[in-house]
Amino acid sequence: MLCTARRIVPQQLRGRLTQATTSPVAFFSPAALRRLASTLAILEQREGKLNNGSLSAISAAKKIGGPIHGFIAGNSIKAVAEEAATADGLEKIVAVDNAAYEKGLPENFAPLLVENIKKGGYTHVIVGHTAFGKNLLPRVAALLDSQQISDITSIESENTFVRPIYAGNAVATVESSDPIKFITIRGTAFAPAELGKGSAPVEDGVDPKAEAIAEWVSEDLAKSDRPDLATAGRVVAGGRGLKSKDEFDQIMQPLADTLGAAIGASRAAVDSGYADNSLQVGQTGKVVAPQLYMAVGISGAIQHLAGMKDSKVIAAINKDPDAPIFQVADVGLVGDLFEKVPELTEQLKK
Amino acid sequence: MSALRILVPIKRVIDYAVKPRVNKAQTGVETAGVKHSMNPFDELSVEESVRIRDKKRAPGGVEDICVISAGPPKAQDVLRTAMAMGADRAIHVDVKEGEDLEPLAVAKLLRRAVEEEKSNLVILGKQSIDDDANQTGQMLAGLLGWAQATQASKVEFGEGDFVSVTKEVDGGVETVRARLPMVVTTDLRLNEPRYASLPNIMKAKKKPMSKKTLADFGVTAERRLKVLKVTEPAPRQGGGKVEDVGGLVSKLKELGAI
Repeated sequence: MLCTARRIVPQQLRGRLTQATTSPVAFFSPAALRRLASTLAILEQREGKLNNGSLSAISAAKKIGGPIHGFIAGNSIKAVAEEAATADGLEKIVAVDNAAYEKGLPENFAPLLVENIKKGGYTHVIVGHTAFGKNLLPRVAALLDSQQISDITSIESENTFVRPIYAGNAVATVESSDPIKFITIRGTAFAPAELGKGSAPVEDGVDPKAEAIAEWVSEDLAKSDRPDLATAGRVVAGGRGLKSKDEFDQIMQPLADTLGAAIGASRAAVDSGYADNSLQVGQTGKVVAPQLYMAVGISGAIQHLAGMKDSKVIAAINKDPDAPIFQVADVGLVGDLFEKVPELTEQLKK
Repeated sequence: MSALRILVPIKRVIDYAVKPRVNKAQTGVETAGVKHSMNPFDELSVEESVRIRDKKRAPGGVEDICVISAGPPKAQDVLRTAMAMGADRAIHVDVKEGEDLEPLAVAKLLRRAVEEEKSNLVILGKQSIDDDANQTGQMLAGLLGWAQATQASKVEFGEGDFVSVTKEVDGGVETVRARLPMVVTTDLRLNEPRYASLPNIMKAKKKPMSKKTLADFGVTAERRLKVLKVTEPAPRQGGGKVEDVGGLVSKLKELGAI
């Protein structure tokens, strides 16, 4: 926003100078200036590990202009706050060290954010459109009487944003009139800010110590050595055509290993039990935009396309030549996936 | 253990199988003459509520299942569908065609509805498939100061008004526990909604539906977000097909994907 400020001040000066009644001091006072943008980028961490994808919130904040503060909270977060403080573009990190926030429960995390947003006087609050961000931010927005803007893919100006609606079948440009803009961003639309480039100071935030009216009981996260689906450079995804869980694993894993790709799945494959829920790509699952998306045995329903059609290159293998996936694929191969995929895996190994 | 008084907000949206078309004026999506139905995530909310009662899952029992929808007169169709699935009664809040409420306004409306209906559990869909906002349930929980469990794939009731909810999160599932009252939003994995049988559809016609206005809930259709334009997404051109695996590999190399 600094550049905008420079642009605005002369305009205001010109305006004010023609009305000679205003004292020269008044137009340099903050009240005389339009409120300048400043952004709080909420970063995710779990057990001292920074979610690198959440650094996209900082990149998005840069497009708004003005100072950017990062926010991080949880149990013994000193090290992870220091790590986040090296992100390019940050002015400071606001950190709250309290085990009560470790699991990101919105019942106490939302009041925590409300206090820190009020204290910092931010005009924009940004978080990734992840399970954490989706769960938390609307609650914060409601507490501050603001209409959140979800899953944006582009920032046109400090109050104008672009977001897909109807499963990506339409794109809406919306202008917010709220004094504080609450925004969740589509991670694949904003590259994560680079670490190791900055050295922002870490400051303690305010901790209202709100009562936690819900408790975290347990979690069961799929463990995998593969790249994270949402941020992977390459994704191979299987659909109903894989026929069973065993065949899904037998066919898809070697292909993924050869390409160094993450594995995704269509809703049909997930519902049939071939793959874990967390692998679902689509409107109701994850949205991915890798360099290469290879759809295997996936017909290409609109629900699925909503989650992958921004991929750089889409390849499809399907036995049905009329499958809608071929309308979006850069390269398609009609054939039996049980024959073609192992053959492809072999050729790629060479 | 308190008896459950469940409020189920539902929304009428363009049917999920219809490909929406942006209108010529670029102000929105064509809705006239397009098939509409209940938001799929809301069907899950209705189904879950009915199952909680049918399977006697809550120790305190279920006293009431009330569905509510704010929308044009045609929203009454989805309210009837919900009653045919097993809801006891419905509230229709009349909103003029084209005056869609934003999630914050809906949350404010629901806060008042919760107070009036003395609800202690609100089950909402995690998102509506038109706006894709994924906000209303969380906003409502915030306004009420209640616990929230979003993207639920399993809801269990225990003694002492405790509710355990397994949630779909990035990378797997997470379980949280809170005491009633609370807000739950549904994920696709929660259940498989039933089809309403013809006798139940007939019975649903006799179930009570009260008609209200936005003013009854002290909200207006004011918008905080102005839609400047709605456009078609950039079209993607299919690149054609190759004959064999060798062709696929060389095309991918040519495109720089491998």
